This record gives sequence, structure tokens and C-alpha cells, in this order.
Amino acid sequence: MTTPLIRLDGLTKAYPGVRANDDVSLEIAPSEIHALLGENGAGKSTLVKMIYGLVKPDSGNMTLAGAAYDPQEPRAARAAGVAMVFQHFSLFDALSVAENVALGMEDPPAMRDLSQRIKDVSETYGLPLNPSRRVGDLSAGERQRVEIIRCLLQDPKLLIMDEPTSVLTPQEVEILFQTLRKLSAEGTAILYISHKLEEIRTLCNSATILRGGKVVGKCNPRDATAREMAELMVGKGLSVPARSGKSHGLVALELERLSMPAPSNFGMPLRDISLQVRSGEVMGIGGVAGNGQDELLQALSGETRAPGKRIWLFGEDIGARGPRSRRAKGLLCAPEERLGHAAAPNMTLTENAMLTGSLRRGLERNGFLDWRAARNFAEEIIARFDVRTPGPNNAARALSGGNLQKFVVGREVLQDPKVLVVNQPTWGVDAAAAAAIRQALLDLAAAGGTVIVISQDLDELMEISDRFAALNEGRLSDPRDTAGLTIEEIGLMLGGAHGMEVAHV
Amino acid sequence: MIRLVKRPQPSAAWSYGAPLLAVLATILAGGLLFFFLGKNPGEAIATIFWEPLFGEFAFFYRPQLLIKGAPLVLIAIGLSLGFKAGIWNIGAEGQYIIGALCGAGVALAMYPLNVFWLFPAMVLAGALGGWAWAMIPALLKTRFGTNEILVSLMLVYVAEQFLASMSLGLMKNPEGFGFPGSRNLQQYPAAHNAEIIANTGLHWGVLAALISVIFAYVLLTRHRLGFSIRVTGDAPRAATFSGVSPKRLVIFCLGTSGALAGLAGLFEVAGPAGQVTIDFNVGYGFTAIIVAFLGRLHPVGILLAGGLMALTYIGGDIAQSQLGLPAAAIQIFQGMLLFFLLAIDVFTNYRLQIGRQEAA
Repeated sequence: MTTPLIRLDGLTKAYPGVRANDDVSLEIAPSEIHALLGENGAGKSTLVKMIYGLVKPDSGNMTLAGAAYDPQEPRAARAAGVAMVFQHFSLFDALSVAENVALGMEDPPAMRDLSQRIKDVSETYGLPLNPSRRVGDLSAGERQRVEIIRCLLQDPKLLIMDEPTSVLTPQEVEILFQTLRKLSAEGTAILYISHKLEEIRTLCNSATILRGGKVVGKCNPRDATAREMAELMVGKGLSVPARSGKSHGLVALELERLSMPAPSNFGMPLRDISLQVRSGEVMGIGGVAGNGQDELLQALSGETRAPGKRIWLFGEDIGARGPRSRRAKGLLCAPEERLGHAAAPNMTLTENAMLTGSLRRGLERNGFLDWRAARNFAEEIIARFDVRTPGPNNAARALSGGNLQKFVVGREVLQDPKVLVVNQPTWGVDAAAAAAIRQALLDLAAAGGTVIVISQDLDELMEISDRFAALNEGRLSDPRDTAGLTIEEIGLMLGGAHGMEVAHV
Repeated sequence: MIRLVKRPQPSAAWSYGAPLLAVLATILAGGLLFFFLGKNPGEAIATIFWEPLFGEFAFFYRPQLLIKGAPLVLIAIGLSLGFKAGIWNIGAEGQYIIGALCGAGVALAMYPLNVFWLFPAMVLAGALGGWAWAMIPALLKTRFGTNEILVSLMLVYVAEQFLASMSLGLMKNPEGFGFPGSRNLQQYPAAHNAEIIANTGLHWGVLAALISVIFAYVLLTRHRLGFSIRVTGDAPRAATFSGVSPKRLVIFCLGTSGALAGLAGLFEVAGPAGQVTIDFNVGYGFTAIIVAFLGRLHPVGILLAGGLMALTYIGGDIAQSQLGLPAAAIQIFQGMLLFFLLAIDVFTNYRLQIGRQEAA
């Protein structure tokens, strides 16, 4: 066996309250395309940040090409031959491709030479890109090529790619894979991070699976089945609650083949989403971030208007209705982004209580606002959801993320919603408060309300939802009862392998 | 090292103190400027701030204060609504001109008919004219996403050309012996925006300015529309989430500020100015931007700031004639006021931290 290019030995990194990486060891040989698999929060990002010099490990050591490797900063990592393409691009829209590449270099050559080199590299690796184009005009896939070429110009020995396909079209994915295979054939090792099992099976020749910061398995993805990998990734510890399919009420909210264009370059279009949710039911929608969660919430809240006959609330077509009208009818939403979307950062909690509560809590009359009532409402939210703040006159931005989350969820729950849609209800909230929020959602359903929880936390979804569906590339899988759902089925739904895939394994 | 650190909460003390500090800093820096121009700084400052209010000729200057302050306040109130929501109407000067032309046009068309409804009709025409001129950037923005700053600003120059054409052509006084300019509305009783109480400067425009202050205050603090404006300024996505339609807000804010600027123009042309002339506009529409910010976009603040600005105008004029200060020096003095206000304003949301940054 060849000597490994990079070897991680017992890497451990703890943050307050969580061990992000616990004794992680792995080896990558030259030419190897190595997959790093795991759910959100499994510790993948921390691990690659340590390799790239962004985070220092608490203990453990690394060797690169036989020599001790301990990068103090990304520059040192790059000098040692490690390059990384991040999930979120750091490019300037107003500058050309070549100028953007030059900005990332230690001492950039003359612009004309650089343009020539960019052209050479892009031709060699089949990444079509014109160095003089403005980045603002490029597609997501083309922007990613700029980042990749920026890395390739450094002649890396190890290339780290963090969920590169999350923003790409299928055609762009195919081009990317050809490039990566070519690089691998030339001896470059690639560490490839993804949740998408099918992708990993076609591209990678070894895989390390992380869960809860620990290595829980290694395999050759070409031999392993998607089911085995899903099982490792999701974990057998996942408690599938025995929530029987109890009888539910009438259909409260119905989506009928809802398709919406992507709202921005980095957005995800919604594709043909159909869903029926009944009164008294908790519907869990899982999926990897950026697969249409935000867009689905905005389509339901009324921020983006749907075409007619696509969204029905208690049998009424509400697609063309705005947020206020939908709220009046009992459809309430809590977006994921707390500051700036769910709440206005510089406004007080009283004002933020007014923001969505004015209609259903009777805080306004003929357009005139009753600030005393709004203050009472804010105080009620603070008391009922244990929001830690000196008082309702504090600005939203002065609250910690978890506390603001409690406020935002509490604000909607306390408005007696008929249908409540929450995106990431317990993100950044401590365990006790998370349990309280989940309980509030369950209570709402028990009282006959309908709850749709969009979350990346599978444990959370399994704990509280009656049915489960996964969002993938803007498509929603067929909902399944959580009661009968097996772990590998969940993994397959998340990974984008649709119903038919199950039949093969 | 000196760094700015964001405060967890905006500081209330700085928020109220900033305009006062800005005035103080302007007096200091302005005094220095006057000193280098070879004038006695104390005397120059006293001439600007003291003379119009309590000097020998205060009986003449005090009414002037209302006449100059009213259009500033009226326009600034309208602008402040949009500015709060991040909608930048820079073209109030143009809307002011068009409002004056429309209002005066109604009067000139009716001349010499003396009917009680003429003045109300002129007021309506003035407001509509300003509103319509502001609708151009509003509709272009909502339909095609153009930048309202550029469009509204450029329309000022269009309006100026229009004004020149009107005062030399269509609206020229047929009995004016060929001089440019329209008939004098001060001599047309039904159209004259006369003083409500003689020799006080209190004309209908002053009343309109006071009413607009009250309306804006109630709107911003008590009404959902005002709340929508404030939320949009702080977090546009949160505003959309709460149910605000950004396009409707653009149309409302630009429309209102245009209508108020048009009103200001009408009251001016029918009252203190009296006639449509080539150089009818004197920059109220631009100065009102300073007034709006100096008043912290708050209705009461704008009322005070409008008074202060009018004071520096009149005091500046006195300083020019009595002390021989150049007009440019007075303009610098006024510009400094906005400059210092914006600079000091930073401390409302940030505090200064001196010393080394803590290790990350």
C-alpha cells in the first residue's frame, strides 16, 4: 500500500458544551477521492477546518506527505499544498473572474499572464470559464469553477470540497465530476464532503462516516449499499417513537403540484410539491440546508405569491393572498433566519411582537396600533417561553440567538394558529428550551392545530412528527408515517434516492 | 488602536445629544473658518444666531423665519417618511417646482375670476403636481427597478427647464412689458396666499407645515402604515414577512413626499414669491434633506431643525451684508451642520474602544 498523503491521528476538538470532533483518525492516499459523510452537526466542518488551518485541534496530530503538519492559518495550509472550496463562495460580483482570482493569491502575476493561466487550467480540466467576465453575471456553477480554478492554480496535493453540488444543476454536477476524476488521475487527493449518497457512490473510492463527532465507520462506497451508509450516517441510536397513525381531522393545508421559480441566484426552485396536512397532525420535513426549505416557507407565508389553485387552506385557494390575509385565516409561519427575517434587529421586543401579532391578538384597530396591548403580548411571550431578557423594551438584536428563537416561536404559538409552519424551531436553543418548544408544538397539534416542522435535526423530526417527508433539490418526497419508517428509508429519502431506489436494495 | 464597537442597544443619550453636539461642533468649526477669513468669529456667530431673533431688526426677521422655515419643514416631513424606509427621494426640488407651476397655472387660467374656491383648487393642484412628478421615479422603480435617487434627482433639472419655459412662455404676464415672469398672484386676491395674521409671516403654508408635523407624528407612532415604514427601514425582509408590500410602500412614500413638496411650492408661489419666475426655486428641496436628517427623521426634530436652518439662512444673509462674509462661507457653514451630524450619529450605534483588540 502506498504511503498516505495525509494522515489524521486522534484529532479532538471541543467547544463549550459539545465535542465537535472526538478522536478522529483517517488517511487519504494520493489520487484517492475520499468521502466525508455525516448529518449536520456530525463534525465534518470542524474536521476540515482543522485540516485547512482555520481551527486548531485540542489534541491529536496530522502528517502531510510524511512530515508533521500543523497549519497555524489557511495560508500555511495552502503553502503546504492543501486547498479548499467552500460551500459559500467568497467572490466579488463587480470584479472579473481574473481579478477575483488575483485577489486570492499571495503575489498575483500580471493580469494578462493570469488570464492566460486561467484559460489554460480551465481548458485542461474541462471547466469552461472566460477570465474577463464579470462574476456578477455568472451562474452558481460558474462561480464555483472560479473557486476551483483559484485552488488549482496553487497546484494542490489535497483538494477539500465542502458540499460542492448543493448549488449545481445536474449538468454542472457531471462537469464537476469529470474534473475531479481528472485531478485524481493526476495524483491529487480529494476530500469530498456530502450528504448525497448516490453522488458519493459514483464518485468516491473510500469513505469515512462521522456521527456526533466520532468516526462510526469506514467503507468503500462502491461496494457498500446506500442503505448501509445511511444506517451508519443516521445511527441506530435514532429513537423512532411509537406514534401510531392516530386518526386526524380534516385536511387543513394542501399543496397541489406547487412549483415556484428560484427567488435568487442562490435560491432553489420548488418543483412540483404536493402535500396534504390534516388537523391535529405534526408533519416533519427534513432535508439538507439549501434544498428549498426557505423557499417553501416563503411560499407558505405569502412572501412569494403562488399561482392559483396550488395552495389550499381549509379548502380555500390562498395562493394569491399576502402574509396578512393568510395570518388572518390562521396560517402562521416562523422563518429560520431570526434577525432580519423573523424579527427586526433594531426594534424592541414589543415592536417585534406587533410585527406579526397585530391581527390575531387584536393589537390594532382600523390601522391604529395599541402599544400597551403589544407590550402585554411581548411580556406574555417572554414569561411563557422563558425568554431571558431585561424586558420588552430591549432591542431584538440584544438577545442571544437561542433566546430570540424562543421569542419568535413563542410569538406565533401564542397566536392560536390553525396551521403553524416552523423552520428550524430549535436551532441554537439549549436542550431544556428545545424540549419546551417541541412540547408547545405537540400541544398545539393535540388541541387540533396543524404543525409543519421543517428541520435538519432528524432526531427532532422523529420525536415529534406523525409523518415525514424530505426536501431534496426543491422536490418533496412522498410523505411516510414516521411510525413505520426505518432508518435506512430516512437516509435514502434525505439522500435524494427516491422511492424506486428502495426496491433495488 | 482605536476601534468602533457596535452597541448592543442604540444609545438613547447619543440619539438625542447628537444634534446638539453637531450644532456645537459646527459653531466651533465655523468660528474657525470665519477667523481664517479675517472676521471676528464671535461676532459672526452672534450675527447668524442672535441677530434674527433678538437684534435691532428682529421685528422684520422673525416673520422671515416662518416664511423660510415652513417650506423646509413641509418638504422635510415628507422626505423623512421615505428616508426612514430606505426610499430616497432626492428630487423634492423638482416636485416643489412642478407643484408651484400647477397651482399657479390654475390661478393664471382663472384670472381675473374672484371665487372663494380658487385657492383650495390651487392647493389641490399643487399637491397633485408634486405627487405626479414623484410618481415618475416611483413607477419606474416599482416597474423596472430603476434607482429612485438618480431618477428623482435628474427630474429636478427637467423641472427647472420646464420652469424656465413657463416663465418665458405660456405663463408670461401678458401685461408685463415683455419681462419674464408671470402675473403677480399677490395682486390677485382670490389666489393670494396671504398672511393669516398680518405682519407675522404666518401664511397658510406655515399652518400646513404644522399640521403635517402632527400627522407624521401620529402616523409614525400610532398607525400601522408608519410602523411598516419603520420596519422596512430596519429589516426589509422582516417587513415583507409581516405583510408589507415593498412596492406599495415606495409609491406611498414617494407620492406623499412629492405632494408635500408640491404644496410647499404652491404656498411659496402664491405667497412670499408671488409669481412664477426663472429663478423661483431657491433650493428648499435640497436643504430639506439636511433638515430631515438634522431632525433625526423625527417630526418634532424636523420642526426644530427647520427653524434652525431658517435661522442660519437669515442670519447668513445678515452676516453677508453686515460683515461681508462670502456667500460660499455661509453654505459651508450649513453643510458642516449635516456633516457633523452624520459623523456624530455613528456613536448612537457604536462606541469607541481604545486599546488592543482582545485575542480572538
